[in-house]
Amino acid sequence: MIAVKKLVKRFGLKTVLRGLDFEVQEGEFVALLGPNGAGKTTFLRILASLSRPTQGEVRVAGYRLPIHASAVRRNLGVVTHLPLLYGDLTAEENMRFFGRMYGVLDLGQRINEVLDLVGLASRRRDLLRTFSRGMQQRLAIGRAILHDPDVLLFDEPHTGLDQDACDMLDRLLHEVAGQGRTVVMTSHDLARVEDLASRFDVLSRGIISASSSRNGLGKNNLLHFYRQALAG
Amino acid sequence: MDRPSTANHRSSPTARRPSPGFLNAIGAIVWKDLAAELRSRELLSAMLVFALLVILIFNFALELDPLTRRVATPGILWATFTFAGTLGLNRSMAVEKDRGCLDGLLLAPVDRSAIYFGKTISNLAFMLIVEVVVLPVYSVLYNINLFNPGLIAVILLGSVGYVAVGTLLSSMAVQTRTRDVLLPILLFPVVIPILIAAVKASSGFLQGLAVTEVMPYINLLIVYDVIFTAVAYMVFDFVVEE
Repeated sequence: MIAVKKLVKRFGLKTVLRGLDFEVQEGEFVALLGPNGAGKTTFLRILASLSRPTQGEVRVAGYRLPIHASAVRRNLGVVTHLPLLYGDLTAEENMRFFGRMYGVLDLGQRINEVLDLVGLASRRRDLLRTFSRGMQQRLAIGRAILHDPDVLLFDEPHTGLDQDACDMLDRLLHEVAGQGRTVVMTSHDLARVEDLASRFDVLSRGIISASSSRNGLGKNNLLHFYRQALAG
Repeated sequence: MDRPSTANHRSSPTARRPSPGFLNAIGAIVWKDLAAELRSRELLSAMLVFALLVILIFNFALELDPLTRRVATPGILWATFTFAGTLGLNRSMAVEKDRGCLDGLLLAPVDRSAIYFGKTISNLAFMLIVEVVVLPVYSVLYNINLFNPGLIAVILLGSVGYVAVGTLLSSMAVQTRTRDVLLPILLFPVVIPILIAAVKASSGFLQGLAVTEVMPYINLLIVYDVIFTAVAYMVFDFVVEE
């Protein structure tokens, strides 16, 4: 579903990604781990077609970037630590706007389904800026799945959330990921991704320095695996 | 608080992967901007208050006689529209930067020029609303009749060109930390031709010159509008992408 070969990304003289190879099969949930400044967000922005690769080949959902960016976006949902939603629109208006931008058919019914899924049906007529951070993040997930994408990219979605909001977000992530979607999620919170992901990749010094499936890792070994990957 | 439901929420196959229309995307952006502004009134109120203050200050500062007023009016009007417009352009793009909304727009599977045209139409609508309020107030304060079809056409053409360039440059400036000061620095040199043409054409209509004498400036405005809209259409994708 995602295939990346020898990806290089430079910002001026600074090289962030140095020939990165990465592959994700359909239905996999991959947690992308790494220290601050490792290039996780840069990598996800390239997968999301928000940034151009300097060199290398990137394919998402069978389409090559940046040539077929529009086709990729049609198959892609993105959630970041920012909600990417408008504070002066209601939850329903935000969904309606993004539904129109994605050309979602039968939009009214789809909005009802999504608001029901993210547990915000009763707040549909409330302005986004009156929502708590956790509710905004749930609506952001609603926005990301509104057009029913096959691939979901989550960039530090737990940032700024309290414990209860994180738990609720995890249930929602588990729910939307468990519907046959392919998911790549970056996070610093190893305990959280340990329960969600089926594979763990460590991005360090601009490449994937280690990779392991959940089965290959054993229980409670993620921290050890992560430290070893960074040390190596 | 509602809990997330556990039902399967994949949509029916017919509802998936449709192609959003170009015009539909433009319409959605314009609707979104107008709906958000109708609720917050942040942008329009700032532009209107600023524009009215500028014409008030000019009125008291210059104490012009009737003849000089007629000569000075085009310059005062376009200075007012330019400064108020810059305020609006900055705010309009800042809204997109808050909460990462610009990324949300760029992730939509539409030609990115649809985003440019949507934002341009919204910005033009805000600028025209300000002009519709400023013109009668100016007429009363300066005792000059500004309801001249030629002048209104010039204001429309000048505003289109100003907003066409301004929307493009504000989408560049918004990516920087110094966006509030950067936009006027980038914008004003580029819009000098349109301001000169607009002031000259406005002056011509206010002084009752024949249309043939004003026509070169009108033509310059039209050419500027077409060229800069075309340039913005071609480069917007590159401007907003990292």
